[in-house]
Amino acid sequence: MAEERRQKLCSVILPTESMKAMAESVGVGSLQEDSCLALSEEVSYRIKEIAQDALKFMHHGKRRKLTTGDIDHALKLKNVEPLYGFQSQEFIPFRFASGGGRELHFYEEKEVDLSDIINTPLPRVPLDVSLKAHWLSIDGVQPAIPENPPPVPKEQQKTDSTEPLKAVKPGQEEEGSIQTKGQGASSAEVKGKEKMRMKPRSTHELSVEQQLYYKEITEACVGSCEAKRAEALQSIATDPGLYQMLPRFSTFISEGVRVNVVQNNLALLIYLMRMVKALMDNPTLYLEKYLHELIPAVVTCIVSKQLCLRPDVDNHWALRDFAARLMAQSCKTFSTTTNNIQSRITKTFTKALLDDKTQWTTRYGCIAGLAELGHDVIKTLIIPRLSVEGARIKAVMDGPVVSNIDKIGADHVQSLLLKHCASVVAKTRPLPDMVDQYKVDYGYLGTMLCSHVVKARAQAAFQAQTVNRTTLTITQPRPTLSVSQSGLSTSSGSRAPSIIKVPSSLTLMSTRPGTPTQPSPPATKYIVMATSAGAASTQQVITLSSSQSGSPVTSTVPSTPTSLQPLVKLESGNTGAVSGSRPLQKYIVVSLPSSSSSLENKSSSVLPSSTSPISMESAVKLERSESPAANTQSH
Amino acid sequence: MAAVQDGQMELDAEKETKPEILSDGTSNLSGNTASGTLSSSPLTAAPAGGAPKMEDQQTLIAVLQFLKRNKLTDSVEILRREAGLGEDQEDSQATDGSGGGKGDVDGGDANSLLSRVSITSAAAPQSVIIFHSIIFFYSYRFGKVGGADDQPDVSVVLSAYSQQGDPSLYQVYYSGLKNFIESVLDCHRAELSQLFYPLFVHMYLELVYNNHENEAKAFFEKFSGDQECYYQDDLRVLCGLTKKEHLKGNEVLLDFRTSRFVLRISRDSYQLLKRHLQERHNNQIWNIIQEHLYIDIFDGMPRSKSQIDSMSGSLAGEGKREVNKAKVFHGLLKEPEIEVPLDDEDDEAENEEGKPKKKKTKKDSLGSKSKKQDPNAPQQNRIPLPELKDSDKLDKIMYMKESTKRIRLGPENLPSICFYTFLNAYQGLTAVDFTDDSSLLAGGFADSTVRVWSVTPKKLRKVKSAADLNMIDKESDDVLERIMDEKTASESKILYGHSGPVYGVSFSPDRNYLLSSSEDGTVRLWSLLTFTCLVGYKGHNYPVWDTQFSPFGYYFVSGGHDRVARLWATDHYQPLRIFAGHLADVTCTRFHPNSNYVATGSTDRTIRLWDVLNGNCVRIFTGHKGPIHSLAFSPNGKFLASGSTDGRVLLWDIGHGLMIGELKGHTDTIYSLKFSRDGEILASGSMDNTVRLWNSMKAFDEVETDDFTATTGHIHLPDNSQELLLGTYHSKSTPVTHLHFTRRNLLLAAGAYNSQ
Repeated sequence: MAEERRQKLCSVILPTESMKAMAESVGVGSLQEDSCLALSEEVSYRIKEIAQDALKFMHHGKRRKLTTGDIDHALKLKNVEPLYGFQSQEFIPFRFASGGGRELHFYEEKEVDLSDIINTPLPRVPLDVSLKAHWLSIDGVQPAIPENPPPVPKEQQKTDSTEPLKAVKPGQEEEGSIQTKGQGASSAEVKGKEKMRMKPRSTHELSVEQQLYYKEITEACVGSCEAKRAEALQSIATDPGLYQMLPRFSTFISEGVRVNVVQNNLALLIYLMRMVKALMDNPTLYLEKYLHELIPAVVTCIVSKQLCLRPDVDNHWALRDFAARLMAQSCKTFSTTTNNIQSRITKTFTKALLDDKTQWTTRYGCIAGLAELGHDVIKTLIIPRLSVEGARIKAVMDGPVVSNIDKIGADHVQSLLLKHCASVVAKTRPLPDMVDQYKVDYGYLGTMLCSHVVKARAQAAFQAQTVNRTTLTITQPRPTLSVSQSGLSTSSGSRAPSIIKVPSSLTLMSTRPGTPTQPSPPATKYIVMATSAGAASTQQVITLSSSQSGSPVTSTVPSTPTSLQPLVKLESGNTGAVSGSRPLQKYIVVSLPSSSSSLENKSSSVLPSSTSPISMESAVKLERSESPAANTQSH
Repeated sequence: MAAVQDGQMELDAEKETKPEILSDGTSNLSGNTASGTLSSSPLTAAPAGGAPKMEDQQTLIAVLQFLKRNKLTDSVEILRREAGLGEDQEDSQATDGSGGGKGDVDGGDANSLLSRVSITSAAAPQSVIIFHSIIFFYSYRFGKVGGADDQPDVSVVLSAYSQQGDPSLYQVYYSGLKNFIESVLDCHRAELSQLFYPLFVHMYLELVYNNHENEAKAFFEKFSGDQECYYQDDLRVLCGLTKKEHLKGNEVLLDFRTSRFVLRISRDSYQLLKRHLQERHNNQIWNIIQEHLYIDIFDGMPRSKSQIDSMSGSLAGEGKREVNKAKVFHGLLKEPEIEVPLDDEDDEAENEEGKPKKKKTKKDSLGSKSKKQDPNAPQQNRIPLPELKDSDKLDKIMYMKESTKRIRLGPENLPSICFYTFLNAYQGLTAVDFTDDSSLLAGGFADSTVRVWSVTPKKLRKVKSAADLNMIDKESDDVLERIMDEKTASESKILYGHSGPVYGVSFSPDRNYLLSSSEDGTVRLWSLLTFTCLVGYKGHNYPVWDTQFSPFGYYFVSGGHDRVARLWATDHYQPLRIFAGHLADVTCTRFHPNSNYVATGSTDRTIRLWDVLNGNCVRIFTGHKGPIHSLAFSPNGKFLASGSTDGRVLLWDIGHGLMIGELKGHTDTIYSLKFSRDGEILASGSMDNTVRLWNSMKAFDEVETDDFTATTGHIHLPDNSQELLLGTYHSKSTPVTHLHFTRRNLLLAAGAYNSQ
């Protein structure tokens, strides 16, 4: 193979067309073929020479990647002026263009509007170089601390669990590290190695430190101090040395769920699910071996009849949603042809769903669990059931008041169904959306579904239009589930402020209603969010502009005023307020610390009157993408 | 004064060369093309210092002529004044010395002059520090930069290729030889296979030189695949060369031409080859062998394939056997006697340990050991070393105290490793050094800065300003403490001064100075008391890849892209020695623990050991298959370890001039090597994000150095890397840039976290 490459190298020279193109670019009109050939050979040779010199600078710079700086230094060696304007540390994208029988590669430099740069908030100042010391090895043994790579790499764990036969052969590095543990290091080395291969390599005895750590972590995870819990979860999610403790953690979780389901201790269940989430987030762990304990625990939290003492007040729905998402995630990650997790889980859910006697809570869990598995599952398993479920909901809603709990349950199931089915139906069902037709197809839920689908469609069209035009930077905190005692919801804590990207054209949006000649799409959406770590509050601002609305409206959804500070001042003045002659625009500011339900309620109460359905949809979507960071007692 | 002159000379040279550059665009892309041709060993051998004898005079005259030709009148003046030569003397010599002076003849003449220099100077007695050689070298350099003498020299070099054979027959010749070699007995085949690569290259170049471009390409395509994989880098360079014009100004090519490729072949195999070539009347190949190869014939058994492979790989073949015959004084110097007031010592010891008795006996034993003179050690005053200052003595005492607490390492007792990670080093960390007492750490960065950190709680402080210093009571006991400015205390300081990436940093043993070498061609000396630059040593003109202080301070060595290593003293702005001989960049430089020798590693894949006293090359080690990026002497001075881009560590016995071990395991360039304080463990740090520990004791013990291997240089390397490997420690995507053993044998590693 090397030979082939070498031969290729030998014959590679720049095409003569390039020479022509370059000659033209400096004003030499017609270049003879011979000259082109001579030039291209010469140029190719020089380029190779420079590249070889540049390689030296790369080696001495102790890098693996050749940078533009290396090329500059190599040119300097040859007394050639370096190339200016290529100062990127990273890959410089050359773009390709062709036309008129010409092919060109060029470096695209976009024109930059200075005012954009001026208006953009300054980026964070890069941190200065700093020095950090840690123990790479203590008396020949590498300690399992976050600074060191995990003792057993994830790949290894994976092969261990999925292909136990292969796993007996440790790699070369493994042998090295085994030797360092002092077993068979000296004369009988070879024998020692053989012996090691026979032994199972994951020891289940924990060192004193590990036992202490385990105790601390588990206590913090289920304790009352939220700050400690956040720290502990952070540790679980990032610490590379947890491999050996994994069996203990998984037992802890499964036992914990078993006990607390019986006691209906919602808070603890939520804590345990957050632990599962953290374990799954840990990039160094491969949980496959422990799914037999974790999955029943998670499924319990999805479908259990009762998860809390006051089902009418407590928000156990959020827990079900969260657990369902976890379930979907583990299905995605660990489902293989041998364990068939996804199909087994799907069967379980479907079976419960089909049962008439299933309680509303369990029904909700089943639907949530299925819905999280993806669009296909929704299409094949939930949508056909819509009419049946609709009838059931109708019976509760319109029928004699049986109990408040049932009513709440039915209500939740209804909104869940609508939420998940709308987008799928929007994709699969052909236009037009006739309410009557929907009623025929989906029964009781048809009417509402229809309006949801309309919104979903509008939303999709809207996104398709904007996708080419604006870069949308959305940074969202990972879904977290928290229980707030004080009513002030706390996010997971020490998350760095996310990037604030104020769209460059915030003030330049020119969406003239009623001028169809203008190709620019009528609406651009920006989401600006920031999480301020100190106040432990999430602020999120969604600005939305749409040309459809006749008058600029700013609808602000207020919530707990203590933590609410909209980041972007949004102007709602009439034409010519701040944006001068700008057309009407509408911004909606949504700040998130409010509970999801209140958000939904309020937005649904405010928005329909004042805004187009698009914004409504976005609010709904937002609510979905956010964590159920909700107050559990909000209902 | 001379510094000023320097500048002038440079200017002059520049002025002169400008028009020539214009008139001769092709040859001049690379300024240093000629270094390959000219910088072979004679330059280092310095002419004698005292009153010039007759032969020296001739040398001088030759030099003067050379200078004159290049219009370097200033240097001519200086040289003449120094030597006390009259102008007439020189002129008379000049007339009979040189013929015309145009074109090729001119260049050839310069060469002959140079060769005369080399012959005479080799015979001349060598004394300590001589400036003639330096001046000579300078003027030579500036002449070279101009490129005026570039062109003719290259032509001379290349003219050897001008013989015309039938280009179409080259393939036939080569495959004929190939068939022959493949048909000989197994024992000879391996040895004769060594011929393939040099022959291939020379034949290819001949074709190119004679403008047979298509034949050359065909030849290359047909046979390049047969070459050993470790020559691939060179082949890549070669394949770009397809035109005669390219040959001028290509360094690699000039290396190949000017230095004969050295092959070691047993007498039997050689006879076999000779007979074959004579039978076939294969003159083409025979000529190449005669002219361009140096065949080192030895008596005895032909070598095996593995033996050959372990030694080959360098740019110019193996080292000749005789070059490694010189005696090397690899022993350590006697530890200086340090008289310490006894009560003082007792006090301190008591304070610290409360057992003064034990301490003293320990110290005695150390002292007595060092009193025995090592037969291999050089004379104490072989090279002049700086006097010990009081502070140095204190440091020595500290060192001895620390070494009593040293952990004894071994396979059962591995060191702890503390890793210093540079975070947010987006600009690129290029060099790191620790002080010997592990209190300071310096980092060189690609953004031209040097940063110094204190890794102990003691902060870095500057000395107060002159005005403030005046007010200090100089008689007080803590005057050293008082001169420091508390306001400037910080954990790290940044040194600005370079104008290119900093590729080498080195602390002086007394921790008062720091050296840094950079892409901008300078080596800078920084004061760690004022944190300012004291001197910029100019001389390399091209990137300086590495620099290191002598273990006794005062001297330092630097090596760079101009293919030479230079020895400097901190109080001289010009180098004391120029070690020339490498065929490519000098990538790393290390002092022998006794400071009498300097080891250099190079991109030409050889390691050379130079005698500081006379500038001679005393060892050439070949065997690496890639550029060498790290070197380390064992603490006892007997052994040398080297690491290269091919991920292998090779171990060398300096006394015998032999390769004695090969440590395989790394998968990427080894940037750092260090022996533990007792030499039991070798630590290697690499680009592959690992630190590996090797049992160097075992590696050295297992080598049988009987007389036969010593004389022939044939070694059987046991393939025992896995047994010698004691541990592998992965870091988290942090290449290991530097390793250092503290005085108590704790291993410190450093590298920059690479977030991608």
